[in-house]
Amino acid sequence: MTMLHTINKSPFERRTLDSCLGHARKGSAILLLEDGIYAALEGTVVTDKIKDATREHPIYVLGPDVRARGMSEDQVIEGVSVVGYDGFVDLVTAHDNIQSWL
Amino acid sequence: MSTPMPSEPWEQPGKDPAVKKFMYVNRRAPYGTIYALESLEVVLIAAAFEQDVSLVFIDDGVYQLKKGQDTGEIGMKNFSPTFRALEGYDVEKLYVEKESLWTRGLTEDDLVVPVQVVSREELREFMDQQEVILSF
Repeated sequence: MTMLHTINKSPFERRTLDSCLGHARKGSAILLLEDGIYAALEGTVVTDKIKDATREHPIYVLGPDVRARGMSEDQVIEGVSVVGYDGFVDLVTAHDNIQSWL
Repeated sequence: MSTPMPSEPWEQPGKDPAVKKFMYVNRRAPYGTIYALESLEVVLIAAAFEQDVSLVFIDDGVYQLKKGQDTGEIGMKNFSPTFRALEGYDVEKLYVEKESLWTRGLTEDDLVVPVQVVSREELREFMDQQEVILSF
């Protein structure tokens, strides 16, 4: 089974990211979207946590949500892939199951 | 004999027709929830009553003021330009917490309007001086 995890909560407000990272099997994919995108950016206190996680998981971030919040792709952590809505659909179809960490 | 109507707070004598110190505390990121937009709506409504208004941005609330928001692809209204219009409603006191900016790798230059960057300690005292605090 391959799993896609999605996180839509800010890592500064909720424990969603930590809970997901604690439960996700090595190799399963993680997509950051909506307020979850704040975890994908350089220069914050959670940057290192995501950098470490990229060694265990392919991590993606939804570009439209990054741009809506005034952030640019240049600020996204190296090793985190920016995808559009089409890429979101591809991720969904490429995995057997999805876990949405609401 | 009829009892007199109870006086409303804004009818109390003594003070300049009841101008109160209002503080709006913004703690949420924009777009993910409706709080940020609703806060701004309430501030604009309240501005019509000519009160002593302060806006405070702490925690994820600082993200509301991030420059360069482009919501074209998510189908929501970009309300960040409205912060620049607040001056026209005599809402001129915007405070952003230094610690909250630092945590998120942001500086004053990342913000869409001029603000006063203040420490958590300064905010603590400032909150204590308010008469009405509304948190979003």
